[in-house]
Amino acid sequence: MAQINVEKYIAGYGRTKESAIPILQAIQTDYGYLPMDVLGKVCEESEITKSHLYGVATFYSQFKLTPKGKNAIKICKGTACHVKGADVSIVAFKDQLGINIDQTTENGEFSLETVACLGCCSLAPVVMVNEDVYGGLSSSKVRSTLKKYGKE
Amino acid sequence: MGKNNGHIRFVVGLGSCGIAAGAKDLYEELAAKMKSHPAATLTHTSCNGMCFKEPILEVFYPDGNHLMLGNIHKKDVDKVLEPLLTQKPVDEKFVIENSLQPDKVESFRLKQHKIVLENCGVIDPDDIAPYLEKGGYTALKKVLTSMTFEQVIEEMKASGLRGRGGAGFPTGMKWQFARNTQSEKKYMICNADEGDPGAFMDRAVLESDPHRVIEGLIIGGYAIGAHYGYIYVRAEYPLAIKRLKIAITQATERNLLGDNILKSDFSFHLKIKEGAGAFVCGEETALIASIEGERGNPRLRPPFPAVSGLWKHPTNINNVETLASVPWIINNGSAAYASYGTAKSKGTKVFSVAGKIAKGGLVEVDMGIPLRDIIYTIGGGTSSGKPFKAVQLGGPSGGCIPERLLDTPVDYESIAATGAIMGSGGMVVMDADTCIVDVAKFFLTFTQKESCGKCTFCRVGTTRLLEILERIAAGKGVMEDLDKLADLSVKVKDLSLCGLGKTAPNPIITTIKYFRDEYEEHIKDKKCRAAVCKDLIDFAVVEKECTGCHACFKNCPVKAISGTAKAVHHIDQKICIKCGMCYEVCKFNAIFKG
Repeated sequence: MAQINVEKYIAGYGRTKESAIPILQAIQTDYGYLPMDVLGKVCEESEITKSHLYGVATFYSQFKLTPKGKNAIKICKGTACHVKGADVSIVAFKDQLGINIDQTTENGEFSLETVACLGCCSLAPVVMVNEDVYGGLSSSKVRSTLKKYGKE
Repeated sequence: MGKNNGHIRFVVGLGSCGIAAGAKDLYEELAAKMKSHPAATLTHTSCNGMCFKEPILEVFYPDGNHLMLGNIHKKDVDKVLEPLLTQKPVDEKFVIENSLQPDKVESFRLKQHKIVLENCGVIDPDDIAPYLEKGGYTALKKVLTSMTFEQVIEEMKASGLRGRGGAGFPTGMKWQFARNTQSEKKYMICNADEGDPGAFMDRAVLESDPHRVIEGLIIGGYAIGAHYGYIYVRAEYPLAIKRLKIAITQATERNLLGDNILKSDFSFHLKIKEGAGAFVCGEETALIASIEGERGNPRLRPPFPAVSGLWKHPTNINNVETLASVPWIINNGSAAYASYGTAKSKGTKVFSVAGKIAKGGLVEVDMGIPLRDIIYTIGGGTSSGKPFKAVQLGGPSGGCIPERLLDTPVDYESIAATGAIMGSGGMVVMDADTCIVDVAKFFLTFTQKESCGKCTFCRVGTTRLLEILERIAAGKGVMEDLDKLADLSVKVKDLSLCGLGKTAPNPIITTIKYFRDEYEEHIKDKKCRAAVCKDLIDFAVVEKECTGCHACFKNCPVKAISGTAKAVHHIDQKICIKCGMCYEVCKFNAIFKG
């Protein structure tokens, strides 16, 4: 395996436990998830203990310990989305991608997760694909949104 | 901003909601098509609160006339651009307001009074100049050049401003406590971890007018004697984070942040901390733990953060809207602010109105106006035209207020008397198609998942509450379950350390109080009148309406539907998972649910 370089995280954010969250965020931005060997290396080269880093990584819902798809789909499960039928769009995403929540398609293109609230409540139900938000979801809008990201 | 320099100025609203509705595509199309037009300029602003009209385009003419267009998309540009450039009439369906037609007033804007939102949807949030033109940072200048910290705190106390994050604690007193603690180092924090599902006030303010929040934060720092500040923003708000970063750089370049601000003795350094997705971090001691790099577990109070907070230094934490009110109060005086609102709740309050509402968006009203005015005059009633059932205030910590209490004035005490809470300002409207048991179940699913696990009654209690609700929703409840819910709710409230557990049962308590008949129907009659609870309903094809269009057949995820084109279709009840997909895709009202 290639040498893992974690110097940029430690140099960029600091070597004490105060920096745990920004370091994990930076790793996740680079890798799309938190690879265990990278986390281990961070602990070796900083003052952050393994138990602390793992504790933080598993507390916050943003952090993922398994790889996400190239296109990360976050379906909003906020109150407004719930009363406006988010459950139907969740079924549509699952059906059209053939995966469940917290899974990734076999080709690695798409992963599905639900999030608490994206704060675009007046366009409910909404979904965030990577960093773009789409509102007014229906099963046909789910189809056209997925098509935009290359789903055939 | 009113100056056009002889140009026709086009302004597109680029907030998160606007972008999601297609405003970015509209902006790019306009940019491409207007390139060759020397007499017109294109800029952007953020959210003016009319989310239901997004994307929104405003046009300002050199002669002072002004047009506001809504629900306008990229595809409409070819139709409207020429008439807009030549000041000829455009299709009325797009026009929200036109200065040439003063009688045409959007009812959404009636009864609103903008203090916190005065610049939202007006200025370009990526540029400091428009904020300065609107009087930005004059409050900071005034404080630094002519006011002592005591005077600033007294001004806040006199204004009657109370914490807009939900608890409603007087801001001036909070600042006083942090000032009173002697320490070499203190911290001033802005809580922008807007975690309540259904609330988006803080996101809109941060995206639309970031400098206003920063100015309020620096003034707070001066008042309590803090030289370091943090803005803790949830990671789900990437645009707000981006705009805040730009604003901090701009403010630092102009010496509005940093050492010896505006050549005074006061220095203030500000950093952004991105949250990582934990509702409990909206609680101030959990937020502090998160900034320190820990798991977001709340801590026992006392000591309060004003005595021992971030890294054990005195710390003051205020919500976004609270801080955004501060510059206005300093500029206009506490008496002016206190002249709005009620005896105990002064000023204005921002609400985000969403759910089954005709005109959803961001609303700022004087404290004390009846809820009915917000739902009906401003919000236009339910979006479906079906009867209004309840409005949910305060998110997972709040409660459902029924139709008969809609004349309740919005102030901290009156809302609390209903069993709900003012909360941060999220308002979700529910109509006859919303099941009240399902709503309670929804909130408990949320709080159970978000409980940090520290307190037994929160961790286990919310789980047991949820199980009972699931049982009732599945038609397996017994009447004693209602007593168990009531009993356990009190225990979870009493025996939890922080606000999450202390308020988690509120949605259950208020829904049982006001909608007991719906709970009883689920238990005794095994009936869900809103046709939401899956175990109590069936889906079936209404044969005389079915055209055989095949849409349900194609979309059913479990292949429970059979039928050939142009013939009546059938649903196999043994296979059907009651997901509601057929109901959603049928254009002929040929699917019955109930």
